[in-house]
Amino acid sequence: MERRAFLNMSGGAMAAMMMPFGRAIAADELVKPVEVKFKKMLADTALTAATQAGASYCDVRIGRYLNQFITTRDLNIENVTNTESAGVGVRVIANGAYGFAATSDMSPDGVAGAARQAVAIAKANAKLQAAGVQLAPTPGVGEVSWATPIRKDWRTVPIKEKADLLITANKGALEAGASFIQSLLFQVNQQKYFASTDGSYIDQDLHRLWVPFFATAVDKSTGKFRSRSDLGTPVGMGYEYLDGRKEDKIKAAGGVATLYNRTYDLVEDAKAAGRQAKEKLTAKSVEPGKYDLVLSPEHMWLTIHESVGHPTELDRVLGYEANFAGTSFATLDKQQSKKFKYGSDLVNIEADKTIQGSLGAVGYDDEGVKCKKWDIIKDGILVNYQATRDQAAVIGEKESHGCSYADSWSNVQFQRMPNVSLKAGKKKLTPDELVKDVKKGIYIVGAGSFSIDQQRYNFQFGGQMFYEIKDGKIGQMLEDVAYQSNTQEFWNACTAMCDERDWRMGGSFFDGKGQPMQVSAVSHGSSTSRFNGINVINTARKIG
Amino acid sequence: MKILNQEETKRISDKVMSLSKADECIVTINGSRTGNIRYARNAVSTAGLVENTQLSVAVAFGKKQGTAVINEFDDKSLAKAVQRAEELAKLAPENPEFMPTPDKQAFKGSDTFSKSTDAINPEYRAQVAAYSIEACKKKGLVAAGFFTDQSSFETVANSRGVFGHQSQTGIDFTCTVRTEDGRGSGWVRRDAQDVNRFDPRAAAEVAMEKAIRSAEAKALEPGRYTVILEPAATSDLLAFMFNSFDARSADEGRSFLAKKGGGNRMGEKLFDEQVNVWADPWDKDIPVLPWDNQTLLARERMDIIKNGKIASMNYSPFWGKKQGQRAVGQPGNIIMSGGSKSTEELIASTKKGILVTRTWYIRMVDPQTVLLTGLTRDGTFYIENGKIKHPVKNFRFNESPVTMLNNIEELGRPEVLAGDESQFQLLIPAMKVRDFNFTSLSDAV
Repeated sequence: MERRAFLNMSGGAMAAMMMPFGRAIAADELVKPVEVKFKKMLADTALTAATQAGASYCDVRIGRYLNQFITTRDLNIENVTNTESAGVGVRVIANGAYGFAATSDMSPDGVAGAARQAVAIAKANAKLQAAGVQLAPTPGVGEVSWATPIRKDWRTVPIKEKADLLITANKGALEAGASFIQSLLFQVNQQKYFASTDGSYIDQDLHRLWVPFFATAVDKSTGKFRSRSDLGTPVGMGYEYLDGRKEDKIKAAGGVATLYNRTYDLVEDAKAAGRQAKEKLTAKSVEPGKYDLVLSPEHMWLTIHESVGHPTELDRVLGYEANFAGTSFATLDKQQSKKFKYGSDLVNIEADKTIQGSLGAVGYDDEGVKCKKWDIIKDGILVNYQATRDQAAVIGEKESHGCSYADSWSNVQFQRMPNVSLKAGKKKLTPDELVKDVKKGIYIVGAGSFSIDQQRYNFQFGGQMFYEIKDGKIGQMLEDVAYQSNTQEFWNACTAMCDERDWRMGGSFFDGKGQPMQVSAVSHGSSTSRFNGINVINTARKIG
Repeated sequence: MKILNQEETKRISDKVMSLSKADECIVTINGSRTGNIRYARNAVSTAGLVENTQLSVAVAFGKKQGTAVINEFDDKSLAKAVQRAEELAKLAPENPEFMPTPDKQAFKGSDTFSKSTDAINPEYRAQVAAYSIEACKKKGLVAAGFFTDQSSFETVANSRGVFGHQSQTGIDFTCTVRTEDGRGSGWVRRDAQDVNRFDPRAAAEVAMEKAIRSAEAKALEPGRYTVILEPAATSDLLAFMFNSFDARSADEGRSFLAKKGGGNRMGEKLFDEQVNVWADPWDKDIPVLPWDNQTLLARERMDIIKNGKIASMNYSPFWGKKQGQRAVGQPGNIIMSGGSKSTEELIASTKKGILVTRTWYIRMVDPQTVLLTGLTRDGTFYIENGKIKHPVKNFRFNESPVTMLNNIEELGRPEVLAGDESQFQLLIPAMKVRDFNFTSLSDAV
């Protein structure tokens, strides 16, 4: 479930959402990492304590999570918040059951106590468990490290420089036609140390960044208002994402917008948003009916996320999420039949936790499994799922897919979505060439409203900007557009996709799952693609 | 860290304020002990207990603000937190909309604490899970559920003499029961401040009965139907709407409460006259803290919708001052008046209609009209001549709660409920509503 609740929150509440018990710290302290030697000593203490208490397996995650949020409203900086949270989470298997305990007391006594508590909980849980937990083997990797490749560390960029950039963007949007704008800068650094009784000691330094904005145009005479949000994406990169290099700019089909790959020009996009929010006020209201949809990657990521990413999470398929997020239509028998047609022959969906710049890229997951890529849908057929160590055997895999993640040291790790992407088309095709064959269609740029049922059949998506396609040409802007479809019908209606030159990622910074809920960040790549005969509804209403 | 009492948090907040050299200082201390048990496939999957306490120090020099949050409480840590907040404030640009923290005021306490809830132990949680697991196993059903209980406190204080401290408790239980073949699914939610008002066995029975009755669902054509919406079917729809009661957004022309030509729709009749909604921190069924911890302003009993008319909107201190309106603490609960009928009695008086247990994955489609989309889930039934005739396949809807509250036929007995997407505690009735707009069918069970 992609969460948007943060939009209604104040800066402080937003910080709390990302880091429930954060500790604010001065900028100069952010860049000093905890000594690896100290972390290894703590980890060994916990591993020994757990083993001595009767654990057959133990893993220890020592985390230091640093965040900075800047929130703005029009020409004002509303808030600057720095948070830090550090602590240790210990997971064990004892008597065949899991136990987990966490502590912010980073002393040898503190972590040993947590380890013994985890074993006690495991033993208590074992009484209620039918079958023992079986972990797929993963080799111990010794002492290794991995870091997100970044060129500019957000922790060293002065607050004034960031504030000036946001205010310049806001000013640009307001001058171009927006009546109001809110922009935010989220910056994340997760320093994660993992150790397990398999013999792994993995030190990782992860960076993520996101700059969303919401520009709103108001026509007081008609009482109408419309918003346009950013066309950037959250990334697994440093502050260099905001370089906005010329070579990373792409013209949308028909030249209706500038889109971005690898780096992002915030000020340019904010100006365009101001203009386009105003244009939306007088755009033609869509005629409902069947249309061929041409979807840009800035839109597609969310459709992939909801209709392929979530239904192929193995814990959902097995029923572990039945009480909250739901189950899945993509049941094991469909995958085992090797002939379940999830999409047309063109549809190839790959899970990949190694893509540079993506939100899901790490060296190793939260079970110490080295990250990799694998097929989920091949030539339209459902071939695989997303699995952790304790799930691999269910689908006949010899090893985990490396999909384990916890959003904090204080939460237990569980199955989370890797980057799940639609592969680019094999034939050379640009978005303008793709549009040429469309007689009656709509070109959708950017992600909007979204909703899907608990087994992931029926969905409805909006967008940021909609353009009419008539006889191969992109025409006027449309409004009040949403499309409704069924996952399998939709992906089988995929008839064309652009080649790798047009492939780029979008993503979610706050994907929620589990009880208590945890958030994770994940990217989804695609190239501009076409879906024939999709049902479009008109969302304009009258009230009062 | 253990739950702190009033003397302890008073000492900490006094200490923090004595260390601060800023023009003003606000201290908030929150602590909680949260227990939970989660189960699926008729077995417990996780169980845990998390204790956490945090201190937030917000300071201002003129119109420059900074905030620091820590979870350590020794004197050295308190000094560090004050120093960091002051450093951040000095680095921050001036906020022209800065408003000073409120002057000293008294908070009238509300009854938010239950000793029984505070005393919940792991055995109780295991028993809650066991009731539904064992009952489901006997009937060939599959249970998945989550029970969580919390005991917490909040302290607010500022350098102008405001001080408030209060303890709270609460439980939340959800349970999904599915038939083994996956063709039926039922659900229940129960929320309470006092665990004595919670009956886990009876709750599990509701989910089980709905699971059994919802198998063999038939497809009905999408369209406009008279619906009986149980409280969990409207809780998130209402929460989305009440999130849009901000006066500033309305005055700025970007909310459904904006008036064409400028201004807002205060006093206008936007809903059926049966609609009466208010907030009351001292309500005996859903008491909430008597202050709003964002502004430190006292909450009040306030009408929000009176006989279908907009009776109040939320003013931030800045916007209230600008518009010459009094800002009060933002509501923590939403109470809607209802009738005395049970859901069964509402069904009995319905010739043709659809009973909706709950709605799911609700998102804003158009804030101009608060048009929301989402789906029915875990128990949707066709009603004919006052009786449930058969289960029906789930629907997607595209509907505005504003329209829904205009089309009310009858209201049932209010129930206490938390929502998946709601920041409010809710006490809302089941509603019989005409012309509810279902736009497509879903195969999901």
